[in-house]
Amino acid sequence: MAELGIKIKDLFFKNPVLTASGTCGFGEEIADFVDLSVLGGVVMKGTTLKPREGNDYPRMAETASGMLNAVGLQNKGVTNFIKNIYPNIKDISTNFIVNVNGSTIEEYVELAERINELEKIPAIELNISCPNVKEGGMAFGVSCASAERVVKAVRKAYDKTLIVKLSPNVTDIAGIARAVESEGADSVSLVNTFLGMAIDSKTRKPVLSTVTGGLSGPAIKPIALRMVWQVYHAVNIPVIGMGGIMNATDAIEFILAGATAVQIGTAMFIDPAIPVRIIDGIDHYLDANQYGSVNDIIGSLQI
Amino acid sequence: MKKTIRELLLIENTQLNHDNFRLVLQSDAELPNMVPGQFVNVEISQATEIFLRRPFSVMDTDAENKTFSLLVKILGRGSKVLTTYQAGEKISVILPLGKGFTLPSANEKVLLIGGGSGVAPMLFLAKTCGLDPARVHVLLGARTKADHIDVNAYKSFGNFWFTTENGSLGEKGFVTQHAIYKSKLSEFDKIYACGPAPMMKAVAADARSAGVFCEVSLENMMACGFGVCLCCVEKTVSGNKCVCTEGPVFNVNELTWQN
Repeated sequence: MAELGIKIKDLFFKNPVLTASGTCGFGEEIADFVDLSVLGGVVMKGTTLKPREGNDYPRMAETASGMLNAVGLQNKGVTNFIKNIYPNIKDISTNFIVNVNGSTIEEYVELAERINELEKIPAIELNISCPNVKEGGMAFGVSCASAERVVKAVRKAYDKTLIVKLSPNVTDIAGIARAVESEGADSVSLVNTFLGMAIDSKTRKPVLSTVTGGLSGPAIKPIALRMVWQVYHAVNIPVIGMGGIMNATDAIEFILAGATAVQIGTAMFIDPAIPVRIIDGIDHYLDANQYGSVNDIIGSLQI
Repeated sequence: MKKTIRELLLIENTQLNHDNFRLVLQSDAELPNMVPGQFVNVEISQATEIFLRRPFSVMDTDAENKTFSLLVKILGRGSKVLTTYQAGEKISVILPLGKGFTLPSANEKVLLIGGGSGVAPMLFLAKTCGLDPARVHVLLGARTKADHIDVNAYKSFGNFWFTTENGSLGEKGFVTQHAIYKSKLSEFDKIYACGPAPMMKAVAADARSAGVFCEVSLENMMACGFGVCLCCVEKTVSGNKCVCTEGPVFNVNELTWQN
């Protein structure tokens, strides 16, 4: 039994396996399948100041080794979260992380301030990479200047662990990572989904109501892995890796590339109990290769 | 009802007609009680093009033998591969999912309307609704006789009526043109429908204007089936609702189809 605990800034995670935002609800939705207290962390569904209805149906298209989604941040807003969800989860022993979204810098800041008040929420994941909203979202994450502005403003308002979720839809993700690090991010998580589209040749129409959507699943894994590796070498803050992780081997590859922790996303839709097997698989890998701690293999890729 | 992921044994795969198959799955452990309208999400991991699970309505259950059956109609690549599975294979299934139909009260008269794979929950409902069979009318529509499945095993649970577009079985036309539907809709206390969207929309509109209670079971595309992906939403009078957890059964008055 190897040591699986890791740290992001001062925040301890009992293991490096988190569930990704938008794939595990607020934790409660997957509690039938998995004991939440076994997880390293739960990154909850993207939350906004005001309730959002999200995009029109259809919001999903299955693609080769993956899927496109265009949910558009449907959520009941932060007030509902604080009133109706937070009381149910706050005493569960894992790190519940709020995924914070806004269409303006002011909205991000106000939301971060509200979450800062919640004693049992030790971190936020600042989502500057949602590809499915018209305003804000990815717009903030595709240039260094705008990424810096929003992180700088939120950093002033939020004093706990600040993770910034990066978009892969950029030419230089390492540059964006350096920019958010310079403004005080404690960690970066990557990657969010890749902008893609699906067409129905029979109807000659796009499959998604929004035409484009975010691609996830094993289809994106090699690109995500490359980006994690590049960012790991560009910054000094911990990197949280994700993108098509379906099993423990995939997770280990991300850790070898430089991820301190990983998030399990689309795989949750197919097997919501998979995080437990991934945690066990990492443990077995460490034991089999005689490593005492998962920290020993972070970024240990042999080139 | 707690949702679980189970490895089930396929004990039967019977071809019912050119594109419909009945799959019977058996569990080692006792199965949870499943009701008409509920569904299960089946993993079909044979090709990278079939990445997600596929949802199927429950067609029947047998608590004693710990089995349930699904009606699998070939609609795309996932269902096509699933119909090639042989008895003896293991299949991962998440169950039970969704909310079922509102059951009728003792003296009510009901009309169950099914088309396509929507026949499955209607047969299950006919069998388990608890009414005297004389009060149960099941109206099934398909393109031709060859597209209908044999429902003889269910005929003791109600009165069965059929339509085909070419008149090869039952009355010619759509279900909404059948005599029992056209002349007597308001005589029913409850109408239930599952099938292609145009059929359900037509039934919903007629039921609303006749002032008859009507529930439909929707088949929106979904990724997870248990309420986390938020992909299967249907617009309702109280905002977007997840078909997988807040449905798939909806009262037509909740839907915004009339707009």
